[in-house]
Amino acid sequence: MIRLIPNSANQIKRAEEICFKFDDQLIKAHKGETILVALMKNGIHHLRDAPTDGKPRGAFCCMGLCQECVVAVGGKLVESCETIATDGLIVQSLRH
Amino acid sequence: MIKTCDVAIIGAGPAGANAGIMAASQGCHTIIIDEQAMPGGQIWRAKSEAIKSAPMTPEIIDGDKLRVSIAESNLTHIANAKVWQIERELDEWVLHFIINGRSEKIGAKVLILATGAREYVQPTPGWTLPGVIGLAGATALMKRDLLTPGKRTVVSGTGPLVFFVASEIRRLGGEVAAIVTPNSRADWLRALPSMSYRTDLLRRGFVWVADLLLAGIPIFWRHAIKQIDGETKVHSVKVSKVSSDWSPKGPARLIEADSVCTGHGLQAASDASQLLGIDVKYQLELGGWVPEVEEDGITKINGLFICGDGAGIRGAAAAEIQGKLAGLSAAKSIRPEVNSSNSTLLNSYRRASRFGMAMTRLSIPRKGFQKLITQETIVCRCESLRRCDIENEIETGAATTNAVKSGSRAGMGPCGGKYCQSTIAKIIADRENQSEEKIAPPTPRPPLRPVSASALSGEFEYTDLQIPKPAPL
Repeated sequence: MIRLIPNSANQIKRAEEICFKFDDQLIKAHKGETILVALMKNGIHHLRDAPTDGKPRGAFCCMGLCQECVVAVGGKLVESCETIATDGLIVQSLRH
Repeated sequence: MIKTCDVAIIGAGPAGANAGIMAASQGCHTIIIDEQAMPGGQIWRAKSEAIKSAPMTPEIIDGDKLRVSIAESNLTHIANAKVWQIERELDEWVLHFIINGRSEKIGAKVLILATGAREYVQPTPGWTLPGVIGLAGATALMKRDLLTPGKRTVVSGTGPLVFFVASEIRRLGGEVAAIVTPNSRADWLRALPSMSYRTDLLRRGFVWVADLLLAGIPIFWRHAIKQIDGETKVHSVKVSKVSSDWSPKGPARLIEADSVCTGHGLQAASDASQLLGIDVKYQLELGGWVPEVEEDGITKINGLFICGDGAGIRGAAAAEIQGKLAGLSAAKSIRPEVNSSNSTLLNSYRRASRFGMAMTRLSIPRKGFQKLITQETIVCRCESLRRCDIENEIETGAATTNAVKSGSRAGMGPCGGKYCQSTIAKIIADRENQSEEKIAPPTPRPPLRPVSASALSGEFEYTDLQIPKPAPL
């Protein structure tokens, strides 16, 4: 197939891997990535349930505005799209 | 005593960064405050530290050029900072911002707002499902982390952004299931004359579309997503044709996908301008409600300037030039000897605006699009309020966005109404048989960005609190 814009995925070099915990799951991430990016790469989109109707939610604006992607780190709510994942971090979803 | 400067700028995108470089070059002590780790704004967002190397893109080349210019200037850049409140104290602006989990402030003689744009996303049944993200959000993920939104994505929306996002998904190794756009090929043909100013961008657009067509990826012109289905994650979308006013019509077609990117044009992020007392007017060709500001960034308030998409959606090229104009205007207000009249800049600003406004015209949702919002569709995501909840509120007499907000809590959630207020105004206009320009946006209130109480109070131990003894009875 002719491609005018070639697939350049294999030309991307990422930083070394780290590991953090999301609920009971170990998640591999590249150093410097946000929590959200690491979760999405692992196919995890469902981050919380809406407080009013309990329906599943995940990242939406991906730039720190909508608050849909918040997760808990050390008891505090943080935007997963703006919080860098560090090695050994314990992250909790807001899924019921 | 707080730190003070001559010129403070909010936003380090094309407008704010150029305003800052210009003001600093005229001898003003200039500070630029920005939410991101690196200057560039949404359009020239820098790669994250997790990316060690990757092929260059036009966005990275332009962004790097800007970042070098800032590094070489006398500009002070405060990164990862969110301005949440602006006050006027005597003859100085005081900016409160959150940085490293704490609230700090700086003072400035002159303030330039370069707050950029916000994306409008048309509510559709299922748009709150995990796996559905904004088109602008998709560009942020792809520019910063070179991450595709999913494995197989439906890209839906208006204007040029759908083609850019679809093309980037494929370049980064993802699969595009389909492109769904309510624009027709004729809409694009009509926009061509205004696009002739930027043959480089025009050529790029042609390559995006040609590459998608060569790959056999379906482009559904004059179509819209009618529904997104899934349990805890997207598994399919239903698309249907739309008429010339973008009302959905005819049977739906099912497309399997694990992710959706959707967005319907940009709007000026004018909360800060409104908070400071600038009037807004409705100009559809600039994306809706825009603050009243001159071409050179001057506003009716002394010492307050506005530039870039935050003054109306004219695109990055125009934002760069208006940033320079606003930087000059700001510098002149501090140093009267500065020559701020620059007809060359003004002319190129007007030319660049024509291109940006043609893209805005393509992107603005038409009236029939509102029919995609069924009674059960969530409008206010934070409070899970559906169209019927909003309509019930209007039914009881709420005829303004402020009234709907106070009656229903729509817009009082953690996002502060950034993703529902335009839709609510459209629903009110529809119910009251008014045009949208009669339904003003709600009064913006601080905080301009979500702030945690601990950021304001700071960390402390209760035992450290000095509590005075009660007065004797």
